[in-house]
Amino acid sequence: MRYIEQQTVVKRMNGRLIANAIFKYIFLAATLLALLALVILLFRIVSQGAGNLSIDFLTNFASRFPDQAGIKAALIGSLWLMMVVAPTSIILGVGSAIYLEEYAKQNRITSFIRMNISNLAGVPSVVFGLLGLTIFVRAMALGNSILAAGFTMSLLILPVIIVASQEAIRAVPGELRDASYGMGATKWQTILKIILPAAIPGILTGSILALSRAIGETAPLIVIGVPVIIQFLPAGVMDTFTALPMQIYDWSSRPQQEFQAVAAAGIIVLMAVLLFMNSIAVIIRNKFDKRY
Amino acid sequence: MRPSVQEMIAQSKGKKNKKALEKIIPVILFLIASVSVLTSIGIVLTLIFETITFFTRVPFFDFITGTTWLPFSNNEAQFGIWPLIIGTLKVTMVAIIVAVPIGISAAIYLSEYASENVRRVIKPILEILAGVPTIVYGFFALTFVTPVLQAVFPEIKIFNAISPGIVVGIMIIPMIASLSEDAMSSVPKSIREGALAMGSTKFEVAWKITIPAALSGIVASIVLAVSRAIGETMIVSLAAGSTPRFDGDFTGSIQTMTAYIVQVSKGDAGYGTTIYYSIYAVGFTLFLFTMAMNILAGYVSKRFREEY
Repeated sequence: MRYIEQQTVVKRMNGRLIANAIFKYIFLAATLLALLALVILLFRIVSQGAGNLSIDFLTNFASRFPDQAGIKAALIGSLWLMMVVAPTSIILGVGSAIYLEEYAKQNRITSFIRMNISNLAGVPSVVFGLLGLTIFVRAMALGNSILAAGFTMSLLILPVIIVASQEAIRAVPGELRDASYGMGATKWQTILKIILPAAIPGILTGSILALSRAIGETAPLIVIGVPVIIQFLPAGVMDTFTALPMQIYDWSSRPQQEFQAVAAAGIIVLMAVLLFMNSIAVIIRNKFDKRY
Repeated sequence: MRPSVQEMIAQSKGKKNKKALEKIIPVILFLIASVSVLTSIGIVLTLIFETITFFTRVPFFDFITGTTWLPFSNNEAQFGIWPLIIGTLKVTMVAIIVAVPIGISAAIYLSEYASENVRRVIKPILEILAGVPTIVYGFFALTFVTPVLQAVFPEIKIFNAISPGIVVGIMIIPMIASLSEDAMSSVPKSIREGALAMGSTKFEVAWKITIPAALSGIVASIVLAVSRAIGETMIVSLAAGSTPRFDGDFTGSIQTMTAYIVQVSKGDAGYGTTIYYSIYAVGFTLFLFTMAMNILAGYVSKRFREEY
């Protein structure tokens, strides 16, 4: 009795090898297609917007005339927004992560909080805008201020920061913790002086990436009614403001061709800010990677 | 003289405020952790209450069965949600057609074929693609993809469902690729090597071993990507138009649920008008769609996971 019919195997071998070779290149081509999309996107934006980029563009306010339009109010507004979002979201996010990793008992409440965080991460940003409009803008009467927008954005990125901080805290080796307890430190002392310092690179990396998402988000700002044409700089967190993506949205949706080039220049500024933040995150990650 | 360790411990035990701190801190942290729960409750209650107000003015039945969305008409405003749902589904469909083949192919390439070095280059680039703000994608759809499509198919209008669909697809490729790749990479090497030792080609291993074994993760990644596509706002606001339609046309202006919310928020629909409340009803519908998708993704990845 023969287990393998050699003839059949040989006959089919060619086809199988060809299929193997073809599909390898199909898979590679698909991967390169995705990368190509990124290249085209970046190339288009740089070639459209670079001509409009100048010091004047950074220092002018928005204008009806494309050649005078600048991004000053939006850039400063985004910085103000970050000054609210960064402390709010990091305090809430790291606090939640410490609770879940260090204090929470394995019970229903804890698993409910965990499930809730992962569900919250899947809620569309425009829905967070509706939440902000109802709670912060109307109920708490903050209006379309930096504070209202900042709180809304903080809640939006909260799940990301919690998950990143949880991972960073979990990665701290158990020996450090045990050694600290062994020396007589209390739980809170251990967390504050041993675990948090060891987890800070991971927490910072995750937080910066989350903040860079908040800088690029547009939909919640539109829903809570952040205006676009602003001819002054905010003086405090209760002032109204505009932000980079809002300004870009306004320029992009104008029918005149000239404003599209202005929008592209605005996008370059936004992408430069994102690139800067991401590089800091990468530097922190590489510098502190695998310390233990 | 310095106190001995035992004395120090005895001393520190005596400190009252330290003990109090140890008791208060967990409570504070619990309150902080409950902010995320309050956020969810806030979202659900907000949507429910404002939607109920909307339904006191527009009959619930008209909303869920109506096929005409005409909110800005002064005399005969009609609020039938279906045109907005159809618009959303059109964009999502195009996005999935673009993203699923490319995303899964990229995942197979990365997990089965690519060397460690290649993977180390490609994965971060895909992450960049995932980090591009959606407003940038919207600009790209409007000023590049639409004109290119128009040059090839002249019947396509400036606002259509295809261009934003393609770009939403590009946006969700990294999500499908990276989640599917995670699922494929967690298939044990021994199974792969067994198949290779039996004379399988790499493609046969990918097709008959890895994909079936990782199927739950792959399907979950697609469902999550669908959820993202449904909730995507800026790309469709810029490039899909603002014409709610109940038909099967992809080449002309449409409107999605998210784009309607943006359109109303941009305008001057005063607080308390029916139009103001309608964005909550639409938002609630959107929320239910995405929530259903997220729950489905969780169910698929748990229920159908192959354990090794």
